[in-house]
Amino acid sequence: MSAFLDIGGLEDIPRLGARVVNVGAGKIAVFRTADDQYFALDDRCPHRGGPLSQGIVHGRRVTCPLHNFVIALDSGEAVAPDQGCVARHSIKIEDGRLRLAVNQTASA
Amino acid sequence: MLDVTTKKKLVVIGNGMAGIRTVEHLLERAPDLYRITVFGAEPHVNYNRILLSPVLAGEKTLDEIVLNPLSWYEEHGVKLRTGEEIAMIDRRTREVVTAAGDRTPYDRLLIATGSNPIVLPIPGKDLAGVVTYRDIRDVDLMLEAAKKHRRAVVVGGGLLGLEAANGLMKRGMETTVVHLVDTLMERQLDKTAGDMLRQSLEARGLRFKMPAQTTAILGETRVTGVRFADGEEIAADLVVMAVGIRPNVDLAKKAGLHCERGLVVSDTMQTYDGRIYAVGECVQHRRQTYGLVAPLFDQAKVCANHLAMRGFARYEGSSVSTKLKVTGIDLFSAGDFAPARDREEIVLHDAGAGVYKRLVIKDNRLLGAVLYGDTGDGPWYFRLLREGADIGAMRERLMFGETQQSAAGHDKAAAMPDNGEICGCNGVSKGVIVKAIAEKKLFTVEDVRAHTKASASCGSCTNLVEQLLASAVGDYSQAPKVKPICACTPFSHDDARRTIVEHQLKSLPEAMRFMEWSSPDGCHVCRPALNYYLVAAWPGEYRDDPQSRFINERVHANIQKDGTFSVVPRMWGGVTSPNELRAIADVADKFNIPTVKVTGGQRIDLLGVQKDDLPAVWRDLNAAGLVSGHAYGKALRTVKTCVGSQWCRFGTQDSTGLGVKLEKFLWGSWTPAKVKLAVSGCPRNCAEATCKDIGVVCVDSGYEVHFAGAAGLHVKGAEFLTKTATEDECVEIIAALVQLYREQARYGERIYKWCDRAGLEKIRKAVVEDIAQRKALFARFAHSQVFAQVDPWRERASEGAAAHEFAPLAEWEPA
Repeated sequence: MSAFLDIGGLEDIPRLGARVVNVGAGKIAVFRTADDQYFALDDRCPHRGGPLSQGIVHGRRVTCPLHNFVIALDSGEAVAPDQGCVARHSIKIEDGRLRLAVNQTASA
Repeated sequence: MLDVTTKKKLVVIGNGMAGIRTVEHLLERAPDLYRITVFGAEPHVNYNRILLSPVLAGEKTLDEIVLNPLSWYEEHGVKLRTGEEIAMIDRRTREVVTAAGDRTPYDRLLIATGSNPIVLPIPGKDLAGVVTYRDIRDVDLMLEAAKKHRRAVVVGGGLLGLEAANGLMKRGMETTVVHLVDTLMERQLDKTAGDMLRQSLEARGLRFKMPAQTTAILGETRVTGVRFADGEEIAADLVVMAVGIRPNVDLAKKAGLHCERGLVVSDTMQTYDGRIYAVGECVQHRRQTYGLVAPLFDQAKVCANHLAMRGFARYEGSSVSTKLKVTGIDLFSAGDFAPARDREEIVLHDAGAGVYKRLVIKDNRLLGAVLYGDTGDGPWYFRLLREGADIGAMRERLMFGETQQSAAGHDKAAAMPDNGEICGCNGVSKGVIVKAIAEKKLFTVEDVRAHTKASASCGSCTNLVEQLLASAVGDYSQAPKVKPICACTPFSHDDARRTIVEHQLKSLPEAMRFMEWSSPDGCHVCRPALNYYLVAAWPGEYRDDPQSRFINERVHANIQKDGTFSVVPRMWGGVTSPNELRAIADVADKFNIPTVKVTGGQRIDLLGVQKDDLPAVWRDLNAAGLVSGHAYGKALRTVKTCVGSQWCRFGTQDSTGLGVKLEKFLWGSWTPAKVKLAVSGCPRNCAEATCKDIGVVCVDSGYEVHFAGAAGLHVKGAEFLTKTATEDECVEIIAALVQLYREQARYGERIYKWCDRAGLEKIRKAVVEDIAQRKALFARFAHSQVFAQVDPWRERASEGAAAHEFAPLAEWEPA
């Protein structure tokens, strides 16, 4: 796990939306729920690699835009009966800023 | 959780299917609201009364038809008092009183006392060996008789009588069915089908005496025979009276509740005393009483909703269909099929193959259906009947079933649409079952029953469920269309949209709050649908919610499998210019766009554009006058044209010009599903207008307007709508048609599907014949276009809209 990096302000991501952080060749999707919880996952659906950051966020879940796989934001697990798991990264809020620690064992 | 002492008290009289189904729904909706006590006169837990016939026939055991074991009552804190008959309802003190004098208070009372079998008032009716056919006790008596005796007479050739006779015959008795009229099941069957049924039952060994009126049951202490009005007597050791049922309203009457044939209830299943509800066979609703299970379950749902203090559901009566539960006999009947002067019939009769089908039609609507021998299309006919679908356009093919309408199917279940009903008892659609099979990894019919309740009541649809199990496992291809929009709500598309309009709901949170969505912010299924309904209902007022748009509509480009996007600029009527082509070529070069392809809609697709490049790509295209083609949206796509009278030696009108005019007028509008148009300049129809959502075929004398065609998932020729003399009238009718579609169709429903449901004639009346309505629709469309015709590309390329979409939040280079 790397150190926490400043990736932006709390309002830089719309509610029920997501944005990406480019990490080398890979991407990490940072989600914001309706109740202002933030989550970070690899931006790759375990199904066919779809960009989760482009999906519709609902509750604590995101639906992949390619084939409607539903992924739980807090665990990175596909919601049953779908199967699969996507790597999580740590997010914390400090001084009104979003900070991300990249889980390097997981991310490309 | 509420304390037991503060919970309201709900007393249920009747431990049968309707009462307990109501309690089940109530526990789902408001588990902590009531302390529930159920009184049952029978000494049993709730069992499936419809499956008594298979028990009698030896195809099932008693244990197998139990619906709610004792443990269910315990788990849910429902107090069950069996074998205790309620003798009186004291409405003044709000108590029920048992025969033993025990008093139980209630805040709400549910009467579900069902019905009593009718016993003919003839001599000998009380002899030993004379039974009715209603409950487990009757079945026990019949089974006992079958062990010791040989000859049975069943009085009554209706559904119950025939099932009883079949069961007794299977138990080894010589069984004769006596029926008052000359047609079996005359309320469900016509003479021809009744005769076929009789022949096939005779071939199995049943005997019939009909028409015959039973005048006496003979015997001293035990029955020995039956005498008829013509003087004939036949020997019998067992007589089953199955001549009908009568709502059991004694208690209600004594309590002073208004009763006619049944206990009269409102659309919320309340009696004249608002604290007292009633459901099931004891009930009379809008002058109807019901003896089949599907309506009872509909009532249970509504009643539970109201008891749970969610007042929006109404029971508006049920259409019923009937299947005979005699293994090996396929029989289906629904609706009203008595001949009358204003009704027409379509009949197919193949006596050799044992197939008979009769459809009764009135004003292009299916009114009734009788199927014998081949009942595969029963659910489809029943759906057309219930929805009151306009069958005018498919009339000549109607008899041949659904597979002959458009898409070919392999078996009956596979050919059904997702909203097609498999289980008529529990109202379970194919989509729900397929979804459950896929989502819950179900493998057996029992699994499907447990999860969806399909085939858990009468079991007649078991073979359809088996077909689905065989074919649907592993099929992710399509999101199933179910009756509620999704799991977040019990509201259907139609209900949700009507509620939005009626209650002036103008934002998503407001709409979800009002309709009591079960999830805080919906899901990927319901949010886009609601967003569309709000967009369509409140032009200029509603603020579109981008987070409730699918990615393509949110960023105005089509996402591809690798996460890049495709960009399709509009080419009005399929016409372009050297400047536009140069701009497209330059953009492709500048942004290293890997694929440039001509689409099926006469325009050019740039594939493989990086998301971050989209605004810059659009800016360059905008500079050459190119705007968004909405190739990504549930919106107007293309207007395909041929060159028409400007160049073609056969062209009769300026089809290209009309296409451009239509596209310029219609673009930007959000619609329930994509809309594709075409205009052909002569009947050779080079623009293929007659398989489009809306198509115009120009002729020398004017413009033929067609609509509801399809050439994708389904292939369907368009319907002729009307012919106009002028271009202006043609445009006006098409705009009115699009507006009607925007206001009526369900989200995701293409025009041809909507037309099937809404009816061609109704649509024609609204947009062609009724000039005032046409003008009003046109005006509403024109008004909404004021707000819709903004190029979304320009907003994002030059005006900085939604900038966060097109730039990463941050960049980080790992060390």
